[in-house]
Amino acid sequence: MLKVKLDQDKCVSGGQCVFAAPEVFDQRDEDGVAVLLREDVPAELVDGVREAADICPALAITLQEN
Amino acid sequence: MVDTASVVIVGAGHSGFQTAKSLRDSGFTGPVTVLNGDAEAPYQRPPLSKAYLTGKSGFDDLRFAAQEFYARMDITLRNGVRAETINPAGRTLGLSDGTILPYGHLVLATGTKPRELTVPGSDADGVVGLRSVADADDIAARLETSRNVVVIGAGFIGLEFVSVAVAKGHTPVVLEFAPRILGRAASEPVSEYFLSHYRQQGVDFRLGTAVERIETIDGKAVAVVDSKGTRHPADLVVVGIGVLPETSLAEQAGLTIDNGIFVDEFLGTSDPHISAVGDCCSYPSTTAGRVVRLESVQNATDHGRCVAAKIVGTPRPYMELPWFWSDQGTKKLQIAGLNFGSDQQVIRGDLGGGKFSVFMYNDGELVAVDSVDRPMDHMSARRLMAAKVPLSPQDAGDPDFDLKAFALKARTAAATGA
Repeated sequence: MLKVKLDQDKCVSGGQCVFAAPEVFDQRDEDGVAVLLREDVPAELVDGVREAADICPALAITLQEN
Repeated sequence: MVDTASVVIVGAGHSGFQTAKSLRDSGFTGPVTVLNGDAEAPYQRPPLSKAYLTGKSGFDDLRFAAQEFYARMDITLRNGVRAETINPAGRTLGLSDGTILPYGHLVLATGTKPRELTVPGSDADGVVGLRSVADADDIAARLETSRNVVVIGAGFIGLEFVSVAVAKGHTPVVLEFAPRILGRAASEPVSEYFLSHYRQQGVDFRLGTAVERIETIDGKAVAVVDSKGTRHPADLVVVGIGVLPETSLAEQAGLTIDNGIFVDEFLGTSDPHISAVGDCCSYPSTTAGRVVRLESVQNATDHGRCVAAKIVGTPRPYMELPWFWSDQGTKKLQIAGLNFGSDQQVIRGDLGGGKFSVFMYNDGELVAVDSVDRPMDHMSARRLMAAKVPLSPQDAGDPDFDLKAFALKARTAAATGA
């Protein structure tokens, strides 16, 4: 299963991941920093999560294939 | 039809890197070469004036990808090699190592170069710009020992540097030629807010004031004399007076230039075998209804994806909504859309408390939103503007109006075609 990692120190609050995969990413209301809702990505969400990693302006999202 | 035999990308900033990556992500199988004029492997520049300068992140954090990425993606990365000439008729590049490189399609991602200070003393030791990782390292070291810091230019970069200098205990003098700070990028309320915010921290702003000359002793900067005759002692002078598009290669090739390398909505230049992406190009913006040239990560990376789609044979016009961000110390400024003049501004949030958004309308249409520490306003604004869902000025300014829920609903409706 695909595992997703988020580096909150790199996050620039662009919110791109939330547009791409709202089931996996959210944002803190106060500073917009992304938060991970789940680490394991089920098959139906893989495309969205890959897109999120691609369009993150700070390259804060990494994917791990298991 | 784009010739897909081989693609050469000149430049390895956000737009160049993204173009190469998106070509492979889109299934392009021909050779892809990235010419990176920098000796360092490709890295992100925006953090140089932010997290990197504060020491919060290191150089490894700046890299777009580890070395093995380029091999895995079959991208030929040539560090320290510049394109010096284009032969458009023969479709070849003359490189800085003396070799000739043919291309099927050429993507210019040449970025910008800093506008240089030309007053007497500009080349003194202690007068520095912030462009490369070497510049950032140099500035970080000088901040440790400098006693008097002067900043020339109060745009994004100048003020990001100011926030870092203040955090390190300095109280810089800032000279800004324009009557307000951030004048090119942000709305008046945002300019006024940050002016007051930094003044409270001891920063000495001189607006409507240019630099006249830099005084030196033994080749080292000792003071900046401004256009009003005031002398400011300075052993560190940071210059952030904007950038110019890097167009020399395109000019030499005879491409059309108009405040940057001029491209159509598919990012094609006046030569059918050459495209241009990112900060170096100007293009007809559907958002603004005019030709624009933007300097942002969003613009650079979305251009990269758009040009890759064209090269693999699925062209679509470039229509992305522009957005920007700037870290001002612990404050975050976010901008959605483009403001080329507005006739109505609505404030949402707490202006005095430094958590607010400025909704800008022109002729009743929402054209841009500036947000200071209001990330959810920013996200909502992008959702609404991208989906072209109108937001009334009354709702925008009403603290009881649930903007986030409204924007989420609008986006869902747009996505499902409801």
